Amino acid sequence: MTLGLPSISKSREAQRSDEFLLIGKNTRSTSLGLGFWLPGIWMFFLLFTVIFADILPIQSPTESDFSNLKSRPNLTYWLGTDVLARDIFSRVIYGARVSLTVAFLAPVFGMIIGLGLGMLAGYFKGIAESSIMGLIDIILAFPNIVLAMVILFFAGADIINLIVVLTVTSIPANTRIARASTLSYSEREFVLAARAQGASDLRILLYEILPNILLPNLAYILSFMSIIIMIEGSLSFLGVGIPPPTPTWGGMIAEGFADINTDPHLSFMPASVLFLTVLSLNLIGDCFRRRYAIRESSL
Amino acid sequence: MLIYIRRKLLHSIPIIFAVTLLSFLSVNLLPGDVAETIAGIGTDNAVMDETVVQDIREDLGLDRPVVVRYLSWLGYAVRGELGKSYQTGQSVSEAIALRLPVTIQLLLMAQILAILLAIPAGIFSAYRAGKLPDRVITTLAFSFLAAPSFIVAISLAFIFAVLLNWFPATGYVQFSEDLIGNIKSFTLPALALALIEWPILCRVLRNDLISTLQEDFISLAKAKGLRPFHILFRHALRPSSFTLITIVGIQLGNLISGAVIVESIFALPGLGSLLVASIHSREILMVQGIVSLMAVAYVVINLVVDILYGALDPRILR
Repeated sequence: MTLGLPSISKSREAQRSDEFLLIGKNTRSTSLGLGFWLPGIWMFFLLFTVIFADILPIQSPTESDFSNLKSRPNLTYWLGTDVLARDIFSRVIYGARVSLTVAFLAPVFGMIIGLGLGMLAGYFKGIAESSIMGLIDIILAFPNIVLAMVILFFAGADIINLIVVLTVTSIPANTRIARASTLSYSEREFVLAARAQGASDLRILLYEILPNILLPNLAYILSFMSIIIMIEGSLSFLGVGIPPPTPTWGGMIAEGFADINTDPHLSFMPASVLFLTVLSLNLIGDCFRRRYAIRESSL
Repeated sequence: MLIYIRRKLLHSIPIIFAVTLLSFLSVNLLPGDVAETIAGIGTDNAVMDETVVQDIREDLGLDRPVVVRYLSWLGYAVRGELGKSYQTGQSVSEAIALRLPVTIQLLLMAQILAILLAIPAGIFSAYRAGKLPDRVITTLAFSFLAAPSFIVAISLAFIFAVLLNWFPATGYVQFSEDLIGNIKSFTLPALALALIEWPILCRVLRNDLISTLQEDFISLAKAKGLRPFHILFRHALRPSSFTLITIVGIQLGNLISGAVIVESIFALPGLGSLLVASIHSREILMVQGIVSLMAVAYVVINLVVDILYGALDPRILR
């Protein structure tokens, strides 16, 4: 799913009213500033190494080189080596596979389900709306990390369950956004016109409403991805995510935390990568949101 | 007002039933025999005794239908009986009662710190909206939004406990034992939670303040020659703080999630670390009890916040 950058731009006033972040001076014009390109380059670099990790000349993430135990970053080991003398750089890259796979799939599934539920709630109102929003309130009553921990504990911690759990946690926000935008579109003239022509509810939802609310919903997906990366990191940090030996960012940070007095780089190298990735996704997501999202106040 | 409260109650009560039902049912997701898992078979402190397993079966009435079991569990739960750990013999409610004050103190301190950070930051950036101070504050807030609680927590532990040695990295001092030590042991965990919480509060406050500052009564205050400080804190802050109050309730879920992590990192004996420990030692009834308590607390606190909100801002009563 590539979003691309079509040159649709809102009026200047509309853009200004959405603004929250003012990084870079170009945010008011249609061009994308450093706030887009720097994180874009970081994400490109990360995705490239993650996809081609098997071909690229990097060390093995699981092999130990005991002559270099817990070594500081150097030319051979760019980010140093960990407690078992494994290359941190390569572990970060392989760890990104789990984080990025989960972070991509869960929000996408969450958005599909959320779009469906939100459209039903916003279009039919009445009982459909109150039961769907009740369901959302039930999910929200469980703090997301607690919910994920408990389900993974009861159902087993593998990547499928992890994706399912994180999909569930991303349903509420997606549903709310979809419902808010459906509410505003379902009263519009073209919907009335379609109804007057005898179009069925399903047809109206799929052909009249969905194309209009898709972009505002997609605008949020990068922010959801960054949240999922944080939750996945927290879960593996607590030792309830994907179990070792598969490298995960959270797992590496937790492993290194025991030695934070003597070798802080064990934790801080993967932590910085995680932080930069989340920050990049937020920055890029913010650019999209400023262009395409509906006003947050209407949620 | 009464109608408003009734509407909110009618919405919350089914949700309370649903969340307790879900917490109760989660046990049934487990593969294998529930009674055997509760006995801890397959863990280090296994009670490898068939009579114990039989006892558990009888205690929990596993042969009865789910609905009956749920209702009787709920009946006991309301009276504070959540079962006991069959591994250590400790009652779940006792363990919770022992740990709950720690978590409440942590959440309160974190919330206060977050508000103390967010209000000046929000006011200052709304007052200078679009100017340099606003940009510095919003950029800072934005970076903290990208930092998961565990990274903030280990960074704080590294800076203040390892490098500067100002605060203890781990350990908990009881309130009654040593007040200063108690506050010291809570400072870093609470600060870690506050640092991830304040950007959201700051953002909400800033947006509300910007629109309040365009109201006529603010122009009047300015025309009267009042100092900007006085206008911001005495005139503009109160009408702009309604969304802030609801957000404090909604953010509680995030805060509890954060508390689970922060308590584990700083070894605070709260509910969160108890939950993590119970998960690792597969103490199902403990997990069930803690999770239902957290979910019900979330719903009840949000109900209270909603009602308070109605009392503060009568416009939403309709």
